[in-house]
Amino acid sequence: MARQRKVLPGVDPKLLIEDAGKLLPEPSRRLFLRGAASLGALAVLSGCDIVDGDTSENALRVISTFNDRVQALLFNPNTLAPEYPETMITRPFPFNAYYSEDEAPDVDGEQYQLEIGGLVENKKPWTLPELHKLPEVSQITRHVCVEGWSAIGSWQGVKLSDFLKLVGADLSAKYVWFQCAEGYSNTIDMPTALHPQTQLTLKFDHQILPRAYGFPIKIRIPTKLGFKNPKYVTAMWVQNNDAGGYWENQGYNWFSGL
Amino acid sequence: MTIEATVSPPHVPKAAARPLIHPAWVRVTHWINALAMLVMIGSGWQIYDAAPLFGFTFPRQLALGNWLAGALLWHFAAMWLLMANGVVYLILGILSGRFRRKLFPVYPREVFSDLLAALRGKLAHDDLSVYNAVQKLLYLGIIVAGITIVLSGLSIWKPVQFHSLTSFFGGYNTARYVHFAAMTAIVAFLVVHVSLALLVPKSLRAMIIGR
Repeated sequence: MARQRKVLPGVDPKLLIEDAGKLLPEPSRRLFLRGAASLGALAVLSGCDIVDGDTSENALRVISTFNDRVQALLFNPNTLAPEYPETMITRPFPFNAYYSEDEAPDVDGEQYQLEIGGLVENKKPWTLPELHKLPEVSQITRHVCVEGWSAIGSWQGVKLSDFLKLVGADLSAKYVWFQCAEGYSNTIDMPTALHPQTQLTLKFDHQILPRAYGFPIKIRIPTKLGFKNPKYVTAMWVQNNDAGGYWENQGYNWFSGL
Repeated sequence: MTIEATVSPPHVPKAAARPLIHPAWVRVTHWINALAMLVMIGSGWQIYDAAPLFGFTFPRQLALGNWLAGALLWHFAAMWLLMANGVVYLILGILSGRFRRKLFPVYPREVFSDLLAALRGKLAHDDLSVYNAVQKLLYLGIIVAGITIVLSGLSIWKPVQFHSLTSFFGGYNTARYVHFAAMTAIVAFLVVHVSLALLVPKSLRAMIIGR
């Protein structure tokens, strides 16, 4: 069986090779792969007139909003995040933020009050002793970071759905917004706020929540990526408008469900 | 009907005279898949770099999306293209009988002898409509890798909602390695596949114009 090279009638092999070359990640095509910087493959498909990075970025954000809706549909309020035995807890549990550990907020627990606002009947602020008197729930779940890594932690606190009912929140409102001591913020959808594992967390591994993990309050949401689990929470508002969040406003997907 | 049309002089076969090797649906899904795969791989490398599984990162110049948020936007946009196109390809491949005709059966002995012939540069490509055993194995393998990368990707994206799928891949952390391994297999295939397409240009022509 000898290989035969035939001359192709009517077709210039060089042109074909050039065409194929355009699909390769060669140095000359790297601009294409850089995508967001200039030309976006996806935007090419959608037939948009690409003149600058903003156009492809806008197209991508439209799809990200579409993905929010898909994820809201995929979210099953009865599906629980897997729980793990104590032996599987990641030790030490990583500190993670956009600042270093010694720059983390140092909240004075004695003076602390959780501010409640928006569509709730009782807007009385809550002190830490008052919150610690509420019935405690516990979970050992996996924290999944948007970067890809994950860690298993143990959290105790008040079931957020119970707390929302306690303060007379309008449970038909669309969002719950959290403000944090360092200026971080997060908005979550009401179905996630009412999920049985969504927790107003006061403890890590049965000890008062340490500063590194969000003292005095973290909102633990095992059905969402780590950055949708705000720490150092100082205020909670029930509302119908999406107030966005620290990372969401910079382009990270809003729903970020797991 | 004119005389010219019925009595034509002998000539080299024009494109229309050659048999159709790849129907339109194969060519369309092939190139859409090529585009979607490149976007998924480029953005995937950027995402990998945010939390590397191994002791290396991918060069920024080859990664898509500028930073993690940008890469994630690309990845979770192109995934729809990859999945929708893949589903159409699999359904048509099965229903049309193309997979059955072209990719089966594969015999290990033939794979071995064809591989030896290929390495000696003695494997013929006269009839592009018939795949040799090595091609069959590679094309079946890339379909399996494609299915694996989509399913493992879904299991990383939704480890709570699809927790059974995540468990199937050995849990969240293991699923990340499966996803990476499937990417590696696809990139390795891509290198061989593109090199061979350039060595046998008429195969590239067939994937563009069908003949």
